[in-house]
Amino acid sequence: MSDAATVPLGYAAPETSTEARDRLRRDLRVIADMIEPAARVLDIGCGDGALLHYLASEKGVDARGVELSQHGVNACVTQGLSVIQGDADSDLDAYPAGAFDVVVLSQTLQATRQPRRVLETLMRIGKRAIVSFPNFGFWRIRLGLAFGGRMPMSPLLSHAWYDTPNIHLCTIRDFVALCDEIGVRIEKSVTLDRYGRPFALDPRGSLANLLAEQGVFVLTQRNGA
Amino acid sequence: MSSAVTPRMLHRPDADWPGHRLVVREPLRLDCGVDFGPFTIAYQTYGRLNADKSNAILICHALTGDQYVADPHPITGHPGWWTTMAGPGLVLDTDRYFLICANVLGGCMGTTGPKDIDPATGKPYALSFPVITVRDMVRAQKRLIEHLGIDQLFCVIGGSMGGMQVLEWAASYPENVFAAVPVASAARHSAQNIAFHEVGRQAIMADPDWCDGEYLEAERRPARGLAVARMAAHITYLSEAALHRKFGRNLQDRNTVTWGFDADFQVESYLRHQGSTFVDRFDANSYLYITRAMDYFDLALEHGGSLPTAFAGASSRFCIISFTSDWLFPTSESRELVHALNAVAANVSFVEIATDKGHDAFLLHEPELFETLHGFLNGCAEHRGLPHA
Repeated sequence: MSDAATVPLGYAAPETSTEARDRLRRDLRVIADMIEPAARVLDIGCGDGALLHYLASEKGVDARGVELSQHGVNACVTQGLSVIQGDADSDLDAYPAGAFDVVVLSQTLQATRQPRRVLETLMRIGKRAIVSFPNFGFWRIRLGLAFGGRMPMSPLLSHAWYDTPNIHLCTIRDFVALCDEIGVRIEKSVTLDRYGRPFALDPRGSLANLLAEQGVFVLTQRNGA
Repeated sequence: MSSAVTPRMLHRPDADWPGHRLVVREPLRLDCGVDFGPFTIAYQTYGRLNADKSNAILICHALTGDQYVADPHPITGHPGWWTTMAGPGLVLDTDRYFLICANVLGGCMGTTGPKDIDPATGKPYALSFPVITVRDMVRAQKRLIEHLGIDQLFCVIGGSMGGMQVLEWAASYPENVFAAVPVASAARHSAQNIAFHEVGRQAIMADPDWCDGEYLEAERRPARGLAVARMAAHITYLSEAALHRKFGRNLQDRNTVTWGFDADFQVESYLRHQGSTFVDRFDANSYLYITRAMDYFDLALEHGGSLPTAFAGASSRFCIISFTSDWLFPTSESRELVHALNAVAANVSFVEIATDKGHDAFLLHEPELFETLHGFLNGCAEHRGLPHA
């Protein structure tokens, strides 16, 4: 990255920077940098396919996707991406164990009906999983509820309480606790501030839980691979 | 019902119908155990096969379809059944791809079927024609593709029963199929669909002019039975919403009901028209045989009861498409296919298109269908290294 101001402390900037990469949403850039070239990748909740398209065209990745909205699926397939219409709760079970090198679940976990089961499924079908989610322990959200007295809203959580798809919100510490409980190893974590800039803090510490607007976690099975 | 003249056109010598003929000399071992042959395959092609024969798309037609995808039907004179999809600059771009469509085995548009003469007896096969399956249809198509010197089809595509053939191709000859597109289809025919087919067959067989299948010898035609079969089937191709939008409870050329059994309602008149024009172009025994082939179709059963097993080793890129208002081949059946393909980690895309046009949507103007397919085929062409048109 040429712009020094966007390289925060404690985070190694990637070696390559392309225009295509710069066009990605910030959290997707972080995820994209975590994926090896030519890997087999499943992106669950792939939206309009921005990440998949980047991975396929720039990294030679075998990119597959699952997306709930018909609009998103059509946008993906029209670009030549292999995407199925489905959701994380009901359309992952058929995949065989270890089918993918990496399974990506970005900003989707909190919208699933059974996040724990989904997480377990990710660990079954992927050798690694990359999960990103909004941190409900973020200080602005805490302050919003504490002093505003209303359900917090933010750029990442932009729905009113009565029509939000986000039915299972959690904090970074909640997520880490769940990983511990189901025997998932956190291989790496990156926390992003409210501008989407990455910074490195121990995800088990209370500072990360306070300062991060979102977290990106690389997960593997504790016992293996 | 319809005039006595036109149905005979279907049964006159068909040598002057446009298109190609392949006579397959070596018999085909059918699922029913019969070695069948020699037989004829009538087929149409559009566009040009490229030098390395990598741009061929096989189009598989549905129950009452035929090989006239993009040119006029020789009996009715109506435009081809997929002129929305196939032609220069269209999704199935004849400037880029070489399109092949063959009349299915058991059909009545030039490929050998029950109305043709059995060389052993000198009389029409009628009910002595062997019972055929979707897999038999595909086996016959494989002979045609071999004859054309094509090793790998760039794509096999079809809707409804055409989609069944697509799935059969991908399961039986995975290395010969680069991309597979089953539209509004399923890996097996449901009990409800078998039930509707049975109604149609019973209507044909209850017609005294059916003559136990020997109507050609008797110089009669079971036109009423076949028309009723078509009318019943046609309802299943539409959605309630589409019927309502098209006809509602509107009356046909009258201001009030006639207190009788005329076609008072537009929807009745429409169905009667569908039935009566169908008998001009379709053979009743072919209808029996082809509906039977669909009923027998169960891809999982062909592979030990497991649908994923059918696709084990499938190397094709799949694009599965369903329509929200299709209750004949509902989305749930396509989703089952998707799950089976996921189970073997096949490369699959799946799109459900929102439309109120029912099962027939695959034949109609559906911009989202065109966009999806266009994108999918372009992606495949890039992977296959096909040049642009």
